[in-house]
Amino acid sequence: MKLRELAHARTGDKGDTSQISVIAFDPGDYAYLAEHVTADRVRAHFGEIVQGKVLRYELPGLGALNFVLEGALAGGVTRSLSLDAHGKCLSSVLLEMEVPERQ
Amino acid sequence: MRTIRIGSGAGYSGDRIEPAVELAERGDIQYLGFECLAERTIALAQGEKLKNPESGFDPLLEARMQAVLRPCAEKGIRIITNMGAANPQGAARVTAAVADRLGLRGLKIAAVSGDDVLDRVLRDGDYALLERPGTVASLGDSILSANAYMGAAGIVQALGGGADVVITGRVSDPALFLAPLIHEFGWEWDDWDRLGKGTVVGHVLECAGQVTGGYFADPGYKDVPDLARLGFPLAEAAEDGSAVLTKVEGSGGRITVATCKEQLMYELLDPASYLQPDVVADFSSVRFAETEPNRIAVSGGTGRERPDTLKVSVGYLDSYVGEGQISYAGAGAVARARLALEIVRERLKLTRVATTETRFELIGVDAVHKGGLCADPAEIPEVRIRVVGRTQSLAEAVRIGNEVESLYTNGPAGGGGAWKQARQVVAVVSTLIPQDKVAAAVSYEVT
Repeated sequence: MKLRELAHARTGDKGDTSQISVIAFDPGDYAYLAEHVTADRVRAHFGEIVQGKVLRYELPGLGALNFVLEGALAGGVTRSLSLDAHGKCLSSVLLEMEVPERQ
Repeated sequence: MRTIRIGSGAGYSGDRIEPAVELAERGDIQYLGFECLAERTIALAQGEKLKNPESGFDPLLEARMQAVLRPCAEKGIRIITNMGAANPQGAARVTAAVADRLGLRGLKIAAVSGDDVLDRVLRDGDYALLERPGTVASLGDSILSANAYMGAAGIVQALGGGADVVITGRVSDPALFLAPLIHEFGWEWDDWDRLGKGTVVGHVLECAGQVTGGYFADPGYKDVPDLARLGFPLAEAAEDGSAVLTKVEGSGGRITVATCKEQLMYELLDPASYLQPDVVADFSSVRFAETEPNRIAVSGGTGRERPDTLKVSVGYLDSYVGEGQISYAGAGAVARARLALEIVRERLKLTRVATTETRFELIGVDAVHKGGLCADPAEIPEVRIRVVGRTQSLAEAVRIGNEVESLYTNGPAGGGGAWKQARQVVAVVSTLIPQDKVAAAVSYEVT
């Protein structure tokens, strides 16, 4: 199933770093997300878009994960050649990620 | 417990104006904040100010003031904004002129400056850049501006001085909303817990409509009613740092636990260390609860001692960028678009356009997501090519768009809607400056 079925997401930007929240619709799914949506999987999902590290911060109280993608914005909003210089679209791209069917 | 109501009237420079008027007229608020200053805007504004000493502030300042000054003056609502950009004093004079035209007498308008640290970072030697090797001085003649993200102190001073309107240059965005809390509740400057909680409130308010349903709707998954009349948020903030987030009754959009979570995490790196001039805020214990529809109680959050340094945004002339786009539709659209990209690639080589970075992409296939999301791009009914490159001169940047445009008569069949652009890039890098080298200065205009 797509991550989109379990979570919503929003992208923010700081310089050349993109930040994407992944928030469980049902807080009960948080542990499932934490197990399957790892920093490594997120890095693989975005492929060549991310040049630097991918960090994951956990916010169990909010049922949310925060992904920090370094070097993901082609030099940052002010000098990027990207059509979407802020990376606003990246949250929806992340929600396309496949996760195992929730039992 | 005493509470005050603070509205958020803009989340960026070009934001809608009516929601702020709605907040002023029907929000029962005491403060109205407008966050309008993006990272590089101040560098561009500095350039404007060099051409005309009376310019260099937000282009919509006059229109916003024209719209909200009367209802705010009538209800005693105090306005706080960073629309001063590179020229807070000039912005205060323009605001005073608008007040005069509206016949509003006795209005006190404060300009908060002190954020411009260009002379200091050039004179004082080694300010290392955060994003790459080198110092601020190494940017040489390309440097345009250097502005420190100041905290709430200047605004608090202006409010203490009786200002009805406070106009700043660069301050941290949450400070626009933290300042009235410090002023009203007399929070101490080392009350890290309350300053942290106040930063939570400021952070969720600063992007205005992004917490009331903007940047959120996803039909079938996250539905939001009436986005064309999106209501902007207001916080009912209490002395202990807790708050209720809501919006004007009957306005469009919706504020929910989900919209609040998304906005709390927006632009956040480590949730336990949100670096601000006045505090290191910790959002990890923040909780949201819906007490009734469109009323969200915020609790938790805390803070630690503020950092010793302030972030400084340094604007400089980086390069030039040229770009061209043209569309193809119908059967074989993607094949013709790919041919078009190859033609432009070869033309740029043949005509020796020197670029340091380029992109050849298909809007609708792989412009946003490299690798593409689409299973079979051959079936896409229409597609638009995009060629963009970085150059060292404007003349070369212009030639990139020209090569795309000339596909009209020299390229594949059925290319339409060509568009081109060439521009100089003003970019931003950062450095840090010790807090004690930056001090806010407040001046006043009275109508």
